[in-house]
Amino acid sequence: MIKDITIGQYIPADTPVHNLDPRSKIIITFVFITALFLVNTFFGYIYILAFMGIALGLSKISPKYLFRGLKPLVFIIVLTAILNIFMTEGEIIYKLWKLTITKEGLIQAAFMCIRLVFLITGASLLTLTTSPIALTDGIEKLLNPFKKIGVPAHELAMMMTIALRFIPTLLEETDKIMKAQMARGADFESGNMIARAKAMVPLLVPLFISAFRRADELAMAMEARCYRGGDKRTRMKQLKFEMRDIYASIITIAFGGLIIWSRF
Amino acid sequence: MSIKVENLSYIYMKDTVFEHKALDDVSFEIKDGEFLGLIGHTGSGKSTLIQHLNGLMKPTSGKVFIDEDDINSKTTVKKTIRERVGLVFQYPEHQLFEETVFRDVAYGPKNLGLDDNEIENRVRFALDMVKLDYNEIKDISPFDLSGGQKRRVAIAGVLAMKPKILILDEPTAGLDPRGRDEILGEIKELHETHKITVILVSHSMEDIAKLVDKIIVMNKGKIVFIDKPSVIFRESLMLESIGLGVPQATKLARELKEKGLDIGECLSIEDAKLQILKVLRSKKND
Ligand SMILES: Nc1ncnc2c1ncn2[C@@H]1O[C@H](COP(=O)(O)OP(=O)(O)OP(=O)(O)O)[C@@H](O)[C@H]1O
Ligand SMILES: [Mg+2]
Repeated sequence: MIKDITIGQYIPADTPVHNLDPRSKIIITFVFITALFLVNTFFGYIYILAFMGIALGLSKISPKYLFRGLKPLVFIIVLTAILNIFMTEGEIIYKLWKLTITKEGLIQAAFMCIRLVFLITGASLLTLTTSPIALTDGIEKLLNPFKKIGVPAHELAMMMTIALRFIPTLLEETDKIMKAQMARGADFESGNMIARAKAMVPLLVPLFISAFRRADELAMAMEARCYRGGDKRTRMKQLKFEMRDIYASIITIAFGGLIIWSRF
Repeated sequence: MSIKVENLSYIYMKDTVFEHKALDDVSFEIKDGEFLGLIGHTGSGKSTLIQHLNGLMKPTSGKVFIDEDDINSKTTVKKTIRERVGLVFQYPEHQLFEETVFRDVAYGPKNLGLDDNEIENRVRFALDMVKLDYNEIKDISPFDLSGGQKRRVAIAGVLAMKPKILILDEPTAGLDPRGRDEILGEIKELHETHKITVILVSHSMEDIAKLVDKIIVMNKGKIVFIDKPSVIFRESLMLESIGLGVPQATKLARELKEKGLDIGECLSIEDAKLQILKVLRSKKND
């Protein structure tokens, strides 16, 4: 159950998308997300879909895998749909006591849900094709210019690397403790909200304890190896822009242009 | 209580690039009151297998029966299975969460819906079984205990459910030799006085040889051997080829035999000592 969460997971492979410089991929993802919010007609989504399709095809990631990442977020998507359906004013097509469903509401709901799905799958595609290390390297490099105004780029990147690194570990740990408590008759799946929240205590307490222990051990291990962030650190793998980054930028610029053009 | 496993297979992360077959067509039977050892190289599927025995994991294919009840059929209530089959995970002390030892050990019985009187009896029984003093320890926070004591409290938490089958996944990992012997002694006592079926997963061939009636040897998700320890440990070359070994005493006996001193088969140091003395004495008398 818990293993279904694929956000932040990386699937190694040797494809043009995987090999793109992480900086390009981060910027492209940002352009993609901005474009997503610029789209104002259903027709505009065709461009988004095409762009996503090209990236997905090149990355050789199975769409099934991408959609599996949506599963844990279905709740948010459904909530968005419900809020939009009932809260939008306009031409009423159905009335149930105080709740009204409007035509505009339905359209708005569909529009927002598609946007959310693209948002999540787009972000997933970035993490599925970029190793956490490359990702944080990219972020660090992109944040470097802001160092001058006091942004601790390296420390931020390091914190992110560590956080990403521990997501699977913590999920595994959650799974294990959950099973251990279930072996003692715990029931996480039935009962009302309060009963369920209460049932979480035997899961959360050991989980927090272990997270703190891990943090402590990691800090100690870094200290023992004289870790110091900062200027004089060199890296084993230098990031380098290649021809493919240029091609990717051209496609992205064209895509951005199309989206802006589609608004008029 | 008996356990029967039929053609059990389990695939982790099915339908993804990480797909991994952890159990491959496993079948075996454990009779009531047996003490069974489960050995295998790391990653051979031991932990995966035992989690199937109380319904924590659902087989990809195959069946598990506890006393004729198919534990994955819709009509079987999972809680009754978990009451019958107690499972102690690796490093069980990581699951402690309550404010006092009493309340932590009482967590299982409470989930079973027992009344306060019975819960107290169970906690007493369980702490007694792991040789902790009830009155001394019941109000202490489990987090203030030593590693070995935490381990015992955690094991007591499972014993308090009074399972008929007890499964332990490397219960002595990370303990000192004395702590290890004590815990194994307690398990043995439990097996003998309460006639419960025990399955012990361990990497220590010495412990396995000393305690169990029967051994299951696993390799890459398959069972390669099920037999008595004396028979299994005769296969030292095969065991070594799958990353396992034999007890030191067995190895010693084998090497002595190669050098011309046949002392027969031994599973423990005491065994070896007696045999060697016997052989040496009879040689002297010749
Ligand atoms: N949650 C999981 N997701 C994916 N693969 C897993 C998972 N848990 C275990 N595996 C894989 O299944 C195989 C069997 O694992 P299992 O934990 O059952 O081994 P084990 O015999 O208990 O090993 P050990 O002696 O190290 O505890 C291993 O190859 C492991 O990598
Ligand atoms: Mg294991």
